Amino acid sequence: MASMEEDGSVEEKDNNNKKRTKSAIAVAWLTFYNIAMTAGWLVLAMAMMRFYIQKGTHKGLYKSISRTLKFFQTVALVEVGHCAIGIVRTSVIVTGVQVCSRIFMVWFITNSIKQIQNEESVILFLVVWTLTEITRYSFYTFNLLNHLPYFIKWARYNMFIIMYPLGVAGELLTIYAALPFVRKTGMLSMRLPNKYNISFDYYYFLIIVMLSYIPLFPQLFFHMLRQRRKVLLGEIIVEKDE
Amino acid sequence: VPLPVWSPSRPCLSVSDPQWYAARQSIRLDPKGKSLKDEDVLQHLPVGTTATFYFRDLGAQISWVTVFLTEYGGPLLLYLMFYFRVPFIYAPKYDFTTSKHWVVHLACMCHSFHYLKRLLETLFVHRFSHGTMPLRNIFKNCTYYWGFAAWMAYYINHPLYTPPSEYTTILTTLYIHHLVRSKTRKIPYPTKNPFTWIFLLVSCPNYTYELGSWFGFTLMTQCLPVAFFTAVGFIQMTVWAKGKHRSYLKEFRDYPPLRSPILPFVL
Repeated sequence: MASMEEDGSVEEKDNNNKKRTKSAIAVAWLTFYNIAMTAGWLVLAMAMMRFYIQKGTHKGLYKSISRTLKFFQTVALVEVGHCAIGIVRTSVIVTGVQVCSRIFMVWFITNSIKQIQNEESVILFLVVWTLTEITRYSFYTFNLLNHLPYFIKWARYNMFIIMYPLGVAGELLTIYAALPFVRKTGMLSMRLPNKYNISFDYYYFLIIVMLSYIPLFPQLFFHMLRQRRKVLLGEIIVEKDE
Repeated sequence: VPLPVWSPSRPCLSVSDPQWYAARQSIRLDPKGKSLKDEDVLQHLPVGTTATFYFRDLGAQISWVTVFLTEYGGPLLLYLMFYFRVPFIYAPKYDFTTSKHWVVHLACMCHSFHYLKRLLETLFVHRFSHGTMPLRNIFKNCTYYWGFAAWMAYYINHPLYTPPSEYTTILTTLYIHHLVRSKTRKIPYPTKNPFTWIFLLVSCPNYTYELGSWFGFTLMTQCLPVAFFTAVGFIQMTVWAKGKHRSYLKEFRDYPPLRSPILPFVL
């Protein structure tokens, strides 16, 4: 069942439409969406700051914002839809990978493994995510309104240089902290014998997830670096024809 | 790039640097257009007294036959290694033992027969439109085939494998037997032979039967990894079948309207 039907050439692109002009509905929806998301992450930021100022500790902080976080992070799934239907010109796969990794962290790590919710690494990636998302969504909003202040553009294409590695560190440290609890409880795992004749070990799965950061993170990081050179420095980057 | 010398018999450049071998060359009349085929004759091309050709490097190439033999040979051998419980796969006390369930032996025979058949077809039956494909395809394809084969074989031949009921096994065996007997690949129209009636209903019966075989194998082994493999294969074959169906529709004015790409009436 190998690629008998494929020929190596790239000519067979049926939908090669360059959507230069988006429909008014698309623009309206995207503007609304990005404003809503900016607001949501601002709310999260303020809730986190208020908790820390009032309580003086980060313990219990995650629990206090977890519902808001789950809501706004999960809603981000629609961004994959935006790419799929073409109203946003980004690769579905890149967006998909990024959103899925966030969903995975929120639902399958911090939400499911309560014992690690008070780790400092959780606060680290929460702060990073919040700052990044506020910048990103406000960038998209101003872009759609055709009125982009330079400092937002600057922030979007420079902050990631620090934020990305810090975020990855926070996520990896959190998963690492969760490992002993996963092993002990055997959560989300399935052993033989069973009637489906399959087995799954969540502990080893998490280790594989951590290892997958090694090839994936540089790719996403260098993608952003390339975008930065194009947008901020006006470099013309000739993409290699595949 | 060294100066090329035009070869009159087929559109390719005889270049002094052996790095640019013919299979790797894509010659076109338009930089964004389709490649010229091997059969194209210079005199019949839509050019005047002078012609401009564009050369594109397709990257390192590898022959179809090599790729097919490797990607099908792997699953055949890997599955057998799991079947015979070669050391270091399962616990040492199971080394070189055989399963007590007869469905496991049957599954091995089906799987091995399937890939043996594909290997023989590659060697003696298939005609390929273009002799080579990009080199990276062999890594991609082998990872897919070998990976899935190992994953399936591990569970089916596992000492703790749970077989389906005898009843299910017998039914699915009969089903697979029927499919194997009815596979035809050559004639695109149904004949008196009832096994070719599938051509009435689908454009790509080879994919339909392939899907049917793996579906039967899934039922027979009741193994979730097999179901995943079948699902992924189904998606890929549907994409290919739809493409083929579309090109048939473009090519033949009076294409039978009843036909679907892969699943009768459905898809």
